[in-house]
Amino acid sequence: MSTIASADFWAFVGVVAGIYTILALGIQLEFGFAGLLNFGHVAFMAIGAYTMAILVVKSGLSMWLAAPLAILVSAAAGALLGLLTLRLRADYFAIVTIAFSEIVRYVATNEDRLTGGSQGTINLSGIGEAAQYNDSWEQFRTWLQGSLHINSKDVAMLVVVWAVALLLLAAVAAAIRTPWGRVLKAIREDEDAAAALGKNVFAYKLQALAIGSALGGIAGLFYAWQFSFFSPNDFAPLLTFFAWMIVILGGLGRTWSVPVGAAVFGLIFAGSRFFDFAPFSYFDSAERAYVRLMLIGLVIVALVLFRPQGILGKRDEMVFE
Amino acid sequence: MFLQLLANGIATGSVIALAAVGVSLVYGILRLVNFAHGDFMVFGAFVAVWLNVNVGLSILPAAVLATAATAALSLLLEGILWRPLRRRGARFMGLFLASIGLALILRQAIFLVAGPQPRSYLVDPYKVYVLGDIRLSGGQGTAIVVGAAAIVVVGLLLGLTTAGRTMRAVADDQALAAVAGVNTGRVIAFTWVVSGLLAGLAGVLAALVQSSFDPNFGFSLLLPVFAAVVLGGIGSAYGALLGGLFLGIVTELSTWSSLAGGVNPVYKPVVAFAVLIAALLVRPQGLLGRARLA
Repeated sequence: MSTIASADFWAFVGVVAGIYTILALGIQLEFGFAGLLNFGHVAFMAIGAYTMAILVVKSGLSMWLAAPLAILVSAAAGALLGLLTLRLRADYFAIVTIAFSEIVRYVATNEDRLTGGSQGTINLSGIGEAAQYNDSWEQFRTWLQGSLHINSKDVAMLVVVWAVALLLLAAVAAAIRTPWGRVLKAIREDEDAAAALGKNVFAYKLQALAIGSALGGIAGLFYAWQFSFFSPNDFAPLLTFFAWMIVILGGLGRTWSVPVGAAVFGLIFAGSRFFDFAPFSYFDSAERAYVRLMLIGLVIVALVLFRPQGILGKRDEMVFE
Repeated sequence: MFLQLLANGIATGSVIALAAVGVSLVYGILRLVNFAHGDFMVFGAFVAVWLNVNVGLSILPAAVLATAATAALSLLLEGILWRPLRRRGARFMGLFLASIGLALILRQAIFLVAGPQPRSYLVDPYKVYVLGDIRLSGGQGTAIVVGAAAIVVVGLLLGLTTAGRTMRAVADDQALAAVAGVNTGRVIAFTWVVSGLLAGLAGVLAALVQSSFDPNFGFSLLLPVFAAVVLGGIGSAYGALLGGLFLGIVTELSTWSSLAGGVNPVYKPVVAFAVLIAALLVRPQGLLGRARLA
């Protein structure tokens, strides 16, 4: 059977879309609702994944304890970054957050004894040890496959990732309808007006950033479990841009637009592997990887040019500045 | 050792400073943080390598033509991308995102055409300039001399010529400059040309300093360049010059072993960001930037 018709392959695409949904939901909360230009979001994904792996392999913690701790650490890292930088002007904030995500990647690459270095988590307990952080996860997945009568590993993962993603989407959608969510939107629209009403703008932004970072951490956990191995270069700035593209593709300032954007992105990204017709057939497989990324770049530019409100967004409510 | 590190710092600093001025000029006039600037640099470096290695020109004419080609690309993009975007009302966020998309397209196109393998110019790789205790590679020496000359030219251009004055006027207040009779469309085009020239030149110099380079080098330089721009105060061209030199020198000196053992050289980029964040905590508007306007 060819890959394009295989259920496993599309389950895999679905898993990746689910992980990107959770990652991009963080950006939607931070930018779509609170107006924060965080361009270093992938850092929190890295922090979540690495914290869990290190706690399991080095401290011998149970994975079920390490995972929530990793989410907390991601949130705390977001809060710390916010404390230092939230008072900066938006353009400075955007650049400093990219810089932050690159610092995280450099540290992960070079602190071999903590992270396993550039070779990734396989070296977590020393070179030649082949460290594994996902034994408990594999057990859980096998149990789930057994109880749901699923044969495929990726289909089981699909169920878990999307169950969590839908839960988180519902939670964010509910939070935005509370007074807290309305204050966030007020800050997005006019910070000074919100401050004049006695709202502590800084505290609200800090909360949005911490929660967004926690969502990034959760995405990192699933990334770690899905691929059962990762290295610092998996958390390059490109991933942040993918997440931004998903948010804009779906539509800004809307919760349920995020999975729509992620699904379309997954289709473009995975589907373009199978473009066998001209002009794609002129390129060999290595070259097609370049063509694919060019295509993503073109979609970003075309979106900003022709449909800045995304697929589901309303232009009069939210067109980015 | 100290002098050697200082000289290395001036060499990298000149390259960063040249690129940073280009970013800063465009930002000052269009409020556009050009994420594709690093890939403009790569474009310049690869046009030069093609002219130098494949066509057989010597490095000097290759560099001049590559710099001109980068300026032409920069101007072309103003026509087909940036002006249409502004017409459609794209503001800071939209322009920034479009530049990220453009950066992806450019870099992947360069990968597609030139391939991923590292390239070098046909220059004498063993050439060394010795000044007392300091030893500079041919690339470093070239970067310092050409960089210093270009910095002086840009400084004079901005400070003394009519073109420079109108550029600064448009950066200050576009509407007021337009009312005063400045043709803002022409100034914007001119700014892209200058920014492209600087990117192309900085790209060739950076490639010479590194001696061997692949299409990813622009992105790894982009963040130090942004750090220099922010450090100097976004939109301040003189600030970007100072910021670039300062960052180049500070990152090299941070590895000095008499300085509490010195920082591990792999952390040089991290030092640049740490300096940036520390500086912003003290002066949120940058070294030469203006305090926040209401």
